Amino acid sequence: MAERRVRVLVGKPGLDGHDRGAKIIARAFRDAGFEVIYTGLHQTPEQIVSAAIQEDVDCVALSILSGAHNTLLPAVKEILVEKGAADIVLMAGGVIPEDDIPGLKKAGIAEVFTPGTSTETIVGWVRDNITPHA
Amino acid sequence: MSLAERVLDGDIRAAARLMRDIDDRFKSAVEELKTLYPHTGNAYIIGITGPPGAGKSTLVDQIVAAYRKRDLLVGVVAIDPTSPFSGGAILGDRIRMNRHADDAGVFIRSLATRGALGGLSRSTMDVANVMDAMGMDVIVIETVGVGQDEVDIVSTAHTTVVVMVPGLGDDIQAIKAGILEIGDVFVVNKADRDGAERTARELTTMLEMKHPDDDGWFPRVMKTEGSRGVGIEELVEEFDAHRTYLKESGALQRLIEERNAKVFADTLRDELFDSVMSAISANGTYQEILTGLRDRSTDPYSAVQKVMAGSAFT
Repeated sequence: MAERRVRVLVGKPGLDGHDRGAKIIARAFRDAGFEVIYTGLHQTPEQIVSAAIQEDVDCVALSILSGAHNTLLPAVKEILVEKGAADIVLMAGGVIPEDDIPGLKKAGIAEVFTPGTSTETIVGWVRDNITPHA
Repeated sequence: MSLAERVLDGDIRAAARLMRDIDDRFKSAVEELKTLYPHTGNAYIIGITGPPGAGKSTLVDQIVAAYRKRDLLVGVVAIDPTSPFSGGAILGDRIRMNRHADDAGVFIRSLATRGALGGLSRSTMDVANVMDAMGMDVIVIETVGVGQDEVDIVSTAHTTVVVMVPGLGDDIQAIKAGILEIGDVFVVNKADRDGAERTARELTTMLEMKHPDDDGWFPRVMKTEGSRGVGIEELVEEFDAHRTYLKESGALQRLIEERNAKVFADTLRDELFDSVMSAISANGTYQEILTGLRDRSTDPYSAVQKVMAGSAFT
């Protein structure tokens, strides 16, 4: 049987315009041998989920610096569930206060990375926690 | 229900999964493609090629919008390069076209080249076939950014569009062989920039030097500004003209037959290679050959002849 390549969507939901972090993560994923679908800035939760489904990704990694994480991340999760794609793992990174993380995890966001996390840690987390769709 | 049946039933997730099985070369995908094959052959396939940064993705975005205005269903296959070192890839064509992501009449799929050198991935034709079976009226295939010689798109698309931009070289570039020979339509994108007029003129001169095809299509040079949508309507009308010409001249039939022959030859080549390679790997012959090559007791030509002599086909 041929081998699965890990596919990850990297995107930025909502209105923040800073994509340096998202690009660094995309690059680290590329160097780890993943196929990264980079959707760029200003994506609505609906656009992110549709792209994730069309691209058959294993994981959606969202970068968010705007402070709207408590609204946008659960919205993405809800639409994933609604569209029958609950198996796609949702993770996030960005300027997210520690206090908000338990609530986000409860809402179904698998992991949240805060500033200062090394790319090795994030790549390692994906390797340990994401199994490509059978 | 099989994946293929679900695809025919309009299941988007099944279609996306099947495309992945195809890309990952799962044996099961072949069976699914067999089921879908009778449902293909209806879509009009447009290939967009040109150098990196010419604005191909932005142009595709505008072309998708133009066909959506006509209420047609549109599939997009967008190809970006795989890293030769890590095997990973950043597929960024969606950035320019993701406004169509939540339009149910559009399906966009990004593919990595995974080592293929002709501007497409090995899976491109089969992924397009899945979109065809999904009922897409038009399929737009965007190649990787190409240089001079990546011309696989020609045997995949009905209409091949070569996108150029001002300032990439003088008129000697325009008379070389390669991608400038394959266009059914030429586009000078970013036409608001200095030198656009000159680039268009050089391309036109190059095209006028060509002997008219026996079948009588003369490629035109169109000017567009992808980011502002200028010239898109005219471009799509030119696609219509080419499509009509293909049908009326009989060139379409010829194109389809050439494509069928190529798909058969490519599939045969892959299957033969895989079956011979796995047989000689399993019985140790492959290791023996490598050892022989290392101590120079054999050469690659004799080794292949020996393997072929032992196969059922010679």
